[in-house]
Amino acid sequence: MIPSGRFAASSPIEGEEGASHTPLAAERIWSVLNSVPDPEIPAISIVDLGIVRDVTFEDDTVVVAVTPTYSGCPATSLINMEIETALRAHGFDKLRIERRISPPWTTAWISAEGRAKLNAYGIAPPDRSAPVACPRCGSTETSEVSRFGSTPCKAAWRCNACLEPFDRFKCI
Amino acid sequence: MNEVVELALRMGDNCLILGHRVSEWCGHGPVIEEDIAMANVALDLIGQAQMWLALAGELEGQGRDADALAYRRDAFDFRNLLLVERPIDDFGVTLMRQFLFDAWHKLMLEHLVRSSDARVAEIAAKAVKEVTYHLERSGDLVERLGDGTAESRARMQAALDALWPYVGEMFASDAIDHTLAAHAVAPAPETLRHEWDTLTGSALRAATLDIPDSDFAHLGGRAGRHTEHLGYILADMQFLQRAYPDAQW
Repeated sequence: MIPSGRFAASSPIEGEEGASHTPLAAERIWSVLNSVPDPEIPAISIVDLGIVRDVTFEDDTVVVAVTPTYSGCPATSLINMEIETALRAHGFDKLRIERRISPPWTTAWISAEGRAKLNAYGIAPPDRSAPVACPRCGSTETSEVSRFGSTPCKAAWRCNACLEPFDRFKCI
Repeated sequence: MNEVVELALRMGDNCLILGHRVSEWCGHGPVIEEDIAMANVALDLIGQAQMWLALAGELEGQGRDADALAYRRDAFDFRNLLLVERPIDDFGVTLMRQFLFDAWHKLMLEHLVRSSDARVAEIAAKAVKEVTYHLERSGDLVERLGDGTAESRARMQAALDALWPYVGEMFASDAIDHTLAAHAVAPAPETLRHEWDTLTGSALRAATLDIPDSDFAHLGGRAGRHTEHLGYILADMQFLQRAYPDAQW
C-alpha cells in the first residue's frame, strides 16, 4: 500500500482534484486509468482492455469498478494496486476499488486502439469474424499450436508463412 | 436459504480440489503445450473456487472467507465429488476425468446462469465461459488419443473404465438438490444426465471408445464421505495455514 501523503505532496495538482466529483474529475480519472498498463501485456492500458467498467463517486470517495478477465487471473490484485497508486499520484486519495463480475468480461470490450496496440506488440487481437493474421508478416496462413498460452487470456499460434510463433488473444 | 450455501460449497469444492489436482502436473506435462494448458485450467478452477467459496462464506454468516473455507476445513466438511479427488495417475486418466467433469460442469453452469439467485447466476455466467473452453480442449484430446495409436487408445479406454464408477455421483440428487430445484436456484443433477450422455457419447464414440455398460456409482462426496485421497490433498494444501495460522505474504 502506498502512503497516501507521499504522492499527493509531490503532485503539482495537489488539493485541486481529489475531492471534487464533477464530470471533469471523472474525465480526469478515466484519463489517469488510461495510462495504467496491463501488468502482463504492458502494451495496452487497463481501459483499452475493457476491464475498467465504471467510475462513480460516493460522497468524496472515488469508486472504480473493475472486472477480472479470467476468474483466476493472478494479475488482478496487482492491477488494483496499480490503479490505486496511479490515482493517488494524481491527488485522488479517497478511493475504493470494487470487483464486479457481472456482466462477465468479454474480449469484445477491448477497444479498437487496444486491438491495434496488441497487434503492434506481436499479439494477434481477438476477432471471431476474421481469419487469424500473423502479427509479424500479416499472413493468414496460420495455425493454432495450443489452445492455452503464456497467460490465461492467450493461446499459442504459429505462422505457416514466416514460420514465427505468436500469441493470440483468446475470444471469450 | 442454507441450501444455497451447500450449493456454493459443492461447486466451489469441486473447483478447488480439481484445480489442485490438475496443478500437480505443472512442470510435469507430457508436452509443454499441455503443461501450460493444465496450469491454465487449474488457475481458472481455483479462481472459480474463490468466487463460490466467498459466496458460501458470506451467506453462511460465520465470518469465514474463501481462504478460511479452503484451508481450515477437514475432509468431512468438503462437498466435492469423489471423481475430482481421484489421483492424477497417467495423462490419460487426468484427461478423461477432465472431460467427464468438464461436460457435467458446463451443463450445470449453463443452467445456473438462469438461477433465481442472482449471485449464483453471476458466478455461473463468469465461469461458464472458461469451462466451455476447458471442454473444447478435453473433448478434442479425448477424441485424438482415443482414436490414436493402439497404446493411446488402450490408455484412454482403461481411464474411462476406471473412472466410470465415479460418473453416477454427478447425477445423484439428494434433498438439498430437490429444495434448490423447487426454488429454481439450481437444476436437480439427475435432470442433466440425458444431456450429458448425449454430449459425452458422441465424443467417446468418435474416440472409438466403448462406453462401459454399468450403472454402479460410488457416492458420498457431496455429503462429506470421501475416499482416503482427499486427506492427502488437504495435508499438502492446508499445511501452511495449519502450521502458521493467518500467515500472509
